[in-house]
Amino acid sequence: MNSASSLSRREFIRVSALAGGGLLVGYALPDKALAQSALLDNTARAFTPNVFIRITPDGIVTLVAKNPELGQGVKTSLPMILAEELGADFAKVQIEYGGLNAQLGPQEAGGSMSITDNYQLLRKAGAVARTQLIRAAAETWKVPEHECSAAKSCVTHGPTGRVLTFGELATKASLLPLPSEDSVVLKRPAENKLIGNRVGGVDNPDIVVGKPLFGLDQMAPGMVHGVYVKCPVFGGKVISANLDRIKRMPGVLDAFILEGSTDYYGLMPGVAIIADSTWASFKARRVLDVVWNEGTGITENSANYESQAAELGAGAGKVMRNDGDTAQALTDAARTISGAYHYPYLHHATLEPMNALAIPLSDGGMQIIAPTQLPENAQEVAAKTLNVPKEKIKVQFTRIGGAFGRRLVNDFVAEAAALAQHVGKPVKLVWTREDDTQQGKYRPAGWHFLKGGIDASGQIIAWHNHFVTVGLNDRMKAGTSADMSSTEFPGRFLPHYRLEKSIISTNVPTNWMRAPGSNGLAFVFQSFVDELAHAAGQDPYEFRLKLLGSDRVLPGTGRWDPPYDITRMKGVLKLAAEKAGWGRKLPRGSGQGIAFHFSHGGYVAEVAEVSVSRDGALMVNSVVAVVDVGPIINYSGAESQVQGSIIDGLGAAWLQEITLAEGRVEQTNFHDYPLLRINASPAKIEVHFIQSDNPPTGLGEPALPPLPPAVCNAIFAATGQRIRRLPIARTDLQWS
Amino acid sequence: MPVYTLKINEQARTINVSPDTPLLWVLRDHLNLPGTKYGCGMGLCGACTVHLNGAPVRSCQLPISAVGNTPVTTIEGLDPAGQHPLQKAWCDHDVPQCGYCQAGQIMTAAAFLKQNPAPSDPQIDEAMAGILCRCGTYVRIRAAIKDAASVKRRA
Repeated sequence: MNSASSLSRREFIRVSALAGGGLLVGYALPDKALAQSALLDNTARAFTPNVFIRITPDGIVTLVAKNPELGQGVKTSLPMILAEELGADFAKVQIEYGGLNAQLGPQEAGGSMSITDNYQLLRKAGAVARTQLIRAAAETWKVPEHECSAAKSCVTHGPTGRVLTFGELATKASLLPLPSEDSVVLKRPAENKLIGNRVGGVDNPDIVVGKPLFGLDQMAPGMVHGVYVKCPVFGGKVISANLDRIKRMPGVLDAFILEGSTDYYGLMPGVAIIADSTWASFKARRVLDVVWNEGTGITENSANYESQAAELGAGAGKVMRNDGDTAQALTDAARTISGAYHYPYLHHATLEPMNALAIPLSDGGMQIIAPTQLPENAQEVAAKTLNVPKEKIKVQFTRIGGAFGRRLVNDFVAEAAALAQHVGKPVKLVWTREDDTQQGKYRPAGWHFLKGGIDASGQIIAWHNHFVTVGLNDRMKAGTSADMSSTEFPGRFLPHYRLEKSIISTNVPTNWMRAPGSNGLAFVFQSFVDELAHAAGQDPYEFRLKLLGSDRVLPGTGRWDPPYDITRMKGVLKLAAEKAGWGRKLPRGSGQGIAFHFSHGGYVAEVAEVSVSRDGALMVNSVVAVVDVGPIINYSGAESQVQGSIIDGLGAAWLQEITLAEGRVEQTNFHDYPLLRINASPAKIEVHFIQSDNPPTGLGEPALPPLPPAVCNAIFAATGQRIRRLPIARTDLQWS
Repeated sequence: MPVYTLKINEQARTINVSPDTPLLWVLRDHLNLPGTKYGCGMGLCGACTVHLNGAPVRSCQLPISAVGNTPVTTIEGLDPAGQHPLQKAWCDHDVPQCGYCQAGQIMTAAAFLKQNPAPSDPQIDEAMAGILCRCGTYVRIRAAIKDAASVKRRA
């Protein structure tokens, strides 16, 4: 029935007939030894491997979207890659959202890696299926395969014009020996019909009529509603709570204390309220009175962090990189300047608050349905919380109402699982907006104490940075996402460069946030470069081009530190300056700012144009972005990511800040943690792509980091006011 | 608990909930209409916007006892086939990113275009300023509203 010829040892593709006949192409990842042995065991019919493509005789082409969709567009763009090589009619394919399934390979949505990791894999999976369908058609017609082609879910015989649909070919294709993925010919870029077009998100028709796509929309028979209240001081424990009163409230079914753990990223101690509706649980939450043991965290506050950082920054830190003799070069420099920069803690503030549905299974396991960026980790977290084997946790991920890195931590999954286990019923856990804001996993705050030197010719020759970052109750180790690579710009670009690091201990759990590291570092470095340009009396754009220097590639060190191609960066910088009309004379109170940044393998330069009224009201009028992430898969989705990154970056840089007082996060909701509104958004955002002949990389993140410094540099050009501290709203921008 | 009979999406729906239950949670938990979203619970984000007699209201701030007989329209009832000019424009312009706020955006825009069928750019910004989009789809929201407005005028 089935055969799998020409299996490569590392990877293989297989075909199996579906019940009722049909072609099923799966693509195994290299390290799935188990899957391989199962296949070789010749029980292929029962073995259902990494399915991406399914074609049934009724003509329905189903493509599997393997990674969580959180607005970055992968539920559309990944199937587009399959469909391109397959020759499927994308307007008619059915997209199936994969649940957690090891056969599909890694299913994370993070690090802008979905395209990078899956592009070749999915192209080959599509090409194998197309090759097979063509073979089936050629055999049917008794013609050479090279006379046949696939498009619009049909195979056509060129010389005679005969056509067979994929559906008509499915059964036959399922019975033929399958080509190896190494033998199939991938399309040349010029042959692409779908990739590079503007394709609307596959869920759009459901979104605009309000279909239940999100985590918060999930339901299960017999489901109850839960809230889980944790100590406002991170790490605090429950001493007691007015549970009797809570249990008497209308709609409340149960209330109990969970001891939890000391893992800030797992199940923390807290009080659970279970009710028959969300509103009943929220109302009871307001009446809940907990006596907390707040622990030592109670002494923490932002002013204290600030003074510790300043004190450390004035001294010496641990040397992270030391090129040349920076101290001597600064002494010898024609001109030196210094600047103390700061960016605050930030919250992800996804519009859909943290939530999860946990359904107890009869075997003691748990079904988790949740908006998570890391379904595999959700499984591990739930298993650990419930103390059951991982295999007993089934995970389904939903469409996600914004993530930005917040849902890389599955604390909400741990809580839902624990509550459901306790009550023995399906529990939908929903965090209130206040919980969401105050129990976040924050973008780390950071301080940079900088000195720069310029030589007589106006070139930067020396750069000294004492970076002060945060550790989670730790002075030796930076917290999650709080460290900085020693290769970060402008390291490697200058003869004399010294990077020192110190860590202050804080009780604030940190986490990755869209363009982690880069989202703060680009602001600091692209602003200070601007300061140096002005100090040298040079045009900030020309100054940057000179600093980038000759065309060359700086080597990378691995997955998270890819090679840095200076030619590509200069390419986007030059085009951004050109498209924005860089250097136009503007009246006082208006200004242009420019910045570039390399992250996630993507090259981005942006020019912002702002106006600042005499009384200090800021308006960002336009932003021009130029991006090189190689070929674009979905032009609409890619452009949307850049537009969104600009608005996201602007909102964060302008308005947002998480602060602590008495160990508590002070912000609670959107009135004190504001998001950018439409009427404060730039009137014009212009996006250009340089579609260089490089492997395509992801675009969820790299367009964000250049925005804050582009805007801050524009504010300087407009007013002479240098922003060294975010958010911008902290600075009075009045001028006269 | 009192019994309320509501007019929702042109249907009479009867429910039994406490009088202070916000319309938002009645829709989501009791009437199986989860298209209306919870974002902030304070009327700050607009994700929960529905029409009350054609006017946009924050359903998280509206207790069920205050709804009475007034007709309510949710995103599910705007045009279930998705053929409202705004729904079509939203798809044509590929507006949604995560999509969570979009019901609130579309409902606000729909009520606005009824009042002002030919809005200027600043009027669109003003009308939509109360509805947050965390993904930053504002550029496309503006374009889609302008497009839908011109379609409506031609029709």
